[in-house]
Order: sequence, then structure tokens, then C-alpha cells
Amino acid sequence: MMKAKFWRQGEPYVWATGMALALVLFLTITLLSVVIANGAAIFWPQPVALAELTDGSRVLGEISQQQKRPQSEEQRYQFKTGNREMYSLDFRWVDASAIKRLSHPARVTVLERLENGNFYGYLREIRAPQLNLPAATGDTALAQALTAIAPQQAEIEQLNDTIAELNYRLEQVQNKLAGLRHQRGADPARLEALAAEERTLKGRFDELATRLADQRSALNQHEAVFIDASGTEKVIALADIVRAYQPNTMGVWQKSGYYLTRLRELFTEDPRESNTEGGLFPAIFGTIMLVFLMSIVSFPIGVVAGVYLREYAKEGVLVKMVRIAVNNLAGIPSIVYGIFGLGFFVYGIGSSIDQLFFAERLPNPTFGTGGILWASLTLGLLTVPVVIVATEEALGAIPPGIREGSQALAATKFQTLTKLLLPMASPGILTGFILAMARAAGEVAPLMITGVVKLAPALPLDGHFPYLHLDRKFMHLGFHIYDIGFQSPNVEASKPMVYVTTLLLILIVLLMTSTAIYLRNKMRKHYAVVDV
Amino acid sequence: MPLSHIPIMPVDNPQVEVEKLDLYYGNAQALKSVSFGIPKANVTALIGPSGCGKSTFIRCINRMNDLIDTIRIEGVIKIDGENILNPTMDVIELRRRVGMVFQKWNPFPKTIYENVIYGLRIAGVKDRTMLDETVEKSLKRAALWEEVKDRLHQSAMGLSGGQMQRLCIARAIAVNPEIILMDEPCSALDPRSTARIEDLIRELRGDYTIIIVTHNMQQAARISDYTAYMYLGELIEYGPTKKIFTKPVKQETEDYITGRFG
Ligand SMILES: Nc1ncnc2c1ncn2[C@@H]1O[C@H](COP(=O)(O)OP(=O)(O)OP(=O)(O)O)[C@@H](O)[C@H]1O
Ligand SMILES: [Mg+2]
Repeated sequence: MMKAKFWRQGEPYVWATGMALALVLFLTITLLSVVIANGAAIFWPQPVALAELTDGSRVLGEISQQQKRPQSEEQRYQFKTGNREMYSLDFRWVDASAIKRLSHPARVTVLERLENGNFYGYLREIRAPQLNLPAATGDTALAQALTAIAPQQAEIEQLNDTIAELNYRLEQVQNKLAGLRHQRGADPARLEALAAEERTLKGRFDELATRLADQRSALNQHEAVFIDASGTEKVIALADIVRAYQPNTMGVWQKSGYYLTRLRELFTEDPRESNTEGGLFPAIFGTIMLVFLMSIVSFPIGVVAGVYLREYAKEGVLVKMVRIAVNNLAGIPSIVYGIFGLGFFVYGIGSSIDQLFFAERLPNPTFGTGGILWASLTLGLLTVPVVIVATEEALGAIPPGIREGSQALAATKFQTLTKLLLPMASPGILTGFILAMARAAGEVAPLMITGVVKLAPALPLDGHFPYLHLDRKFMHLGFHIYDIGFQSPNVEASKPMVYVTTLLLILIVLLMTSTAIYLRNKMRKHYAVVDV
Repeated sequence: MPLSHIPIMPVDNPQVEVEKLDLYYGNAQALKSVSFGIPKANVTALIGPSGCGKSTFIRCINRMNDLIDTIRIEGVIKIDGENILNPTMDVIELRRRVGMVFQKWNPFPKTIYENVIYGLRIAGVKDRTMLDETVEKSLKRAALWEEVKDRLHQSAMGLSGGQMQRLCIARAIAVNPEIILMDEPCSALDPRSTARIEDLIRELRGDYTIIIVTHNMQQAARISDYTAYMYLGELIEYGPTKKIFTKPVKQETEDYITGRFG
């Protein structure tokens, strides 16, 4: 009696559904917390430990992990010792039993360098007679020296920019020249003028290049001498030091300041050291721009196609088949889209464009090679079915009374569509578009063969006419994860960056989709329908 | 009974003249040689059992049936002497002259104001004062003005069912049609809302030609000048409402009206 009632009320099924949801939530939360826990704390300065070992040697570094040795109960620690060029490895496992004494010396300095990763050690002296530093002692001297070379560094930076600008102009002139030479019967006077301009530019370029080299070597004269844990001396050029800090003496405020500096670097700077250090700006930019371009392509096409399918196409076998095909397009592996993009867009359309408009630059391809345009078109193709299906469903969900009511008031089908149906369908369409956007932002495979690179020389958007360079290669956070996580020679050193990049990608997707969701909810409120 | 024996009463001053109207959904015939004239500025009620083709007929008059692919229509419907079933007829122009109110109210998910002027906007009217005036005039005629005048710019979705139906009527008269078709406008309303809409129909009579479908015999008797009884796609009897309800010629008509139908 009781039992029958128990089953009839469906209690167990309610439990099962609840548990399914709980499982999904659990997995999602685990994934997110792993990423957040590992990614968010990376820029927080860790204390540097000095371990004196029983064999008399010393190990200095951040303790990055600790675990039990396999098959025994013994603890062991992983030290990030840095100083890659001295020890050849920058991570080292040390058994707990081998450690005689563990301390955190106050004077340890951590250097972030342009090359070879971090350095852990003590400052001995600064050799920079030309800088005329005040006779400061110890570690304040290092800070002073670093500030003192800043103007010189700024100058070099500026020189670099000038050279890049010059380079750009030179390229323009050379392209024009190539174009003129390409067509027969070009005006020889113009040719001569251009060639002369090329020569002047080249002369100026060489001159600046020498000046740059001189300045560089002058800058590299300024050095500092450090010693590592075992007392070995190491001379480091001041210009190589990106940042120097003493984590063992820093307070919370100082650490927070450092954290913010690193965060800013992450969002605004270019990557260094084959992407394992520095910022992610080009990759962030590339990701957002890619999704943006993809949206411009897939949203209108998807909506228009969906409208045609639902509102205009005569229901029949053909339409049914198209609908099935569209639904199934979403299940095709993304790499297949990538291959199609490579064959159709890059080699097909791209090569034709090159032949027609950029013939003078051949055999160097302009559009005939992967680039952000082709990658976003490929992604657009991949997401268009989602938008089509969403549009169709949203239009189909509108009560037929609305259509009749509008047409009975002498509206044409088209007016009904633009004034009522599309606005009313927009929340549903946007929902589909949000899914499409999230999918596109996380997609990597098709990009790898249509134009993503691990290091792009220039952004696809800059100050040079025509400002938007759709033919350029680009960087992408998703590919970045793959590249530094699985293609980098020093996996251990790049691990933090993998977490940070993952966290960032998730945040960006979240940001973009929540903007869309916000818009959708506004629309939904506006066009809420009581059943008609 | 041979079709030719259907008594077609000639009316004075007909605005809509239906001649031998046959209508097929695919192979099923839904209207069988329907012929009659609907007088101008009067209320004509269509009654008959469910499925007899009342909605189908009334939707022919503003060519709403064009939306259905499988439909085939033969015969003639003349409005002011012009055959509106002619393929060259401008349907948009026709619907401007023939308004329609549906059984299930269907306000648009817009503000009350925008609902009323929807037809004008579609026709391209931009003049603000004219729009404002139309809103007030139409809502007053639809006896809704007092209830909504303070919330014109709020969503029409917040209205009650009866208010929504009156809004749909206001929306239909805002474009100033000559004929208004009403397909069971009160079937989903409570008695009070029904009474208000009946008042409204009486009020509109004289200015508009109204054709109303109803299942409510008392309603037909109360508001209409003429009544047509349909059965299985045929027009069985048609005449002044008084006569149909007091001295019907046909036995079927009498059975239906008195509830002895079936
Ligand atoms: N779209 C359609 N396709 C096919 N048959 C239809 C369609 N609409 C109506 N019919 C058929 O045509 C006949 C007349 O239908 P109609 O809706 O005109 O009846 P009605 O008199 O309005 O009935 P009710 O009083 O129930 O509204 C019915 O037999 C119906 O099944
Ligand atoms: Mg009906």
C-alpha cells in the first residue's frame, strides 16, 4: 500500500533527476575551481625558501609542489630554482629527509628577466659607472639603477617604433614598385621616382639600425653582479631585468601592488620567452576580434536563412531535407570545417583574390594563406546552423494569431516580419546566437589550419591604412593553451600560464555571453507574449 | 434539397454580394454555392452548428484564406460592385477596407498605444497629432478609453481578456474600415465583457457594415438586423433577424434556433 504510493508519486524519479543535475554541477564546479585555484594565485609573490641539504649543497627557490614519493611515505618538495642557464633545469625535486634546514632569508632577490626565466639569488654589486648612481648600498641600489636606465630604454623603444614605421613605408613603396614593374609600359619617370624613394628610405633605415645597435650595446654595458645559493657569481645586464622584488620581506600591500602590476602586464603586454611569460594582449585581442568577425558573418546569414526556411519556403520534401541537413551540420567535427575553410576560402577564394588584386606580390601570398578573415568565415560556417535552427524555432513559437492579426490590418508579410515577428523572435534567436558564440570562442581545431599562429608579428587592427588587416595571421587564447601547454619545451615553467590563459578564455566567453544574455532578457521583457 | 431552392432574399443597398461561392480545402468542400447580399451599415449575424463553414466564409471577405495553401475558391464576392476574388485585386487595399476581429484576442506584444495605431503605422502615417487623436477616438469607440487612458504606453499584455478583445476592436476601427468582420468575438468572455462588446456593436452600427459569427442565439437576436443560418457549408436561410427568429421558413432553422437541433 505504502510502497505503491511511493512509486506512484514518482519520488525516485525526482531524486534521479536531481542527482543528474547535481552531477553536472559538481563536474562543472570542479573544473572551474581547479582553473581558478591554479590560475588566480599565480601572480601572488610566493616566499623563497633556502634549503640546506645534508650533502652540504644549497637549494634556493619557490616550493611549487609537495607530494609523497611513489611507493614510500616520504615527502618530497619541488623547488622552482630558476637560473635556467646555470642549472640547465629550473625545477628540482628534493626529498624531505635530505633537507637539514629550511629558512626564508630576507635578502633573496627574485629577478624576472627577458630571457631564461626567473633568477633567484643575492645582489653583490652594480657595475654601471656611466649611470653616476648615488652611492646607495644594497638592494635600494638595484631599484635606483633600474630607474636610471629607464630613459635609455624608452629611447630604444622609440627608435624601434620609428624603424617599424619606416619599414612599413618601405614595404609600401616596394609593393608599388613591384606592381608598376608587373604591368608592362609603366611610366619610367614614376618608376625612377619610386626607386629613388626606396633608396632614401633604405639609407635611412640602415642609419637608424646602426644607431639602434649602438644604443643597445651601450645599454648592455650596465650590469649587476648576483650570486646564487651556492655562491656562484652571475653577471646580468640591467636591461635584461624586467622586474626585481624580494618576496620574503614584502607585506600584503606590496604583494597586492605586485599582483596588480602583473595583471596589467597580462592584459596589455606582448608575450615573452616563447609565450610562457609576459602578457596575453595579442591573444585576447585576436580571440575577441575573431568572435566579433564571426558574428558579423554568421548572425545575419543565419537569421535570413532561418526566416526564409520558416516563412517563405514552401513546405515540402526539399525543405524538409534542407532542415535535416542544417540540423546535422552542427554535428560535423570542427576540423572538417577547418579543412573546408582551408580548401575553399584560403586556396580557392584567397588565391583568386591574390591573382586578381595582388599579383605583383606573388609568389608571396596575401589572402592565399591563412588569416583572420578566413578563420572567422570558417567559424561562421560552423556556427551558422545553430543560428538558423534557433531562428526557425523562435519564429515557429510565435502564435499564428499574431500573423493573422497583423495581416488582417493590411500589413504585408514582409511588414509583419519586420515589425512583429523578428522583434518577437529576437530573444530566441539571441539564445541560439549565444550558444553559437560560446562554441566559436572555444573552437581551436579549425583555426589551426586557417590562420592562427603562436606569435603574430602584428595585430589585425592598427593605425596604418586600411586599419583593418583581414589578411593577417592572429593569436588566439585557445590555441595559446594548446601551444604553451603541449608544444612548449619547458612544460613545468609554462604551467602557470596555461592556467591563466584558460581562466582568461573562460572569463572572456562568460563576458561575451553574459552581455548577450543581458540583451536577450531586455528583449524578452519587452516582447513577452501572453498565449494568443 | 436542390441548391436552387435556397430562398435568397434580395436586400436593399447590399454592400457585399456573394454569388455561387464554392470553397474547397484540398478535396473537401467547405462552402457549397453560397449566395446572398449583405446590407450596408447593418449588423448581419452568421449562425450555424460548429464546422458548418462560418469562419471559412467570413475569412473569404477579407481574403484571409489566401494564407492557406491548399484552398481553392470559385464564385464571386463583390464589395461595392467590385469582385474581390479577382486575382488582380489589391489584397492590402481590400484589408484596409475590411477589418477583422478574431475569436481569440490577439493583441501584439507592444504598448496599448502602438497596438491601436498598428494599422496606421503600416499605412505609413507619421503625423503625431493624428496618431494621438486616432488612439483616443478608437479607444473611446471601443469603450476602453476610461480604463486605459493612464497606461497607454504600457504593454497591452497586462490587460484582461475582455479588455484585450476591446483593444482588438479599437485596433480594427482605427484604420476606419467600411466593413468589420467578427468571428465569435465574445465566445471566450464573461457576461459583463460580452455585454460591453454588444453595446459597442450596437454603437458601431450605422457607420460600419458588421458581419458577426456567433453561437449565442440570444446575442444574434439582440444585436443583428439580419441573420443567416448555415449548415454543412450551405446557406439554409437568410432574412431579417426578427423574421428568422419568429417565423423561420425552414424546419432546420427552427430546430437549430430552438435548440432542438441534432
Ligand atoms: N485550414 C483548414 N484546412 C482544412 N480544412 C479546414 C480548414 N479550416 C477549416 N476546415 C474545415 O472546413 C469546415 C468549416 O470550418 P469552419 O472553421 O469554417 O467552421 P465554423 O463554422 O467556423 O465552426 P466553429 O463554429 O466551430 O468555429 C470544417 O469541416 C473544417 O474541418
Ligand atoms: Mg469558426
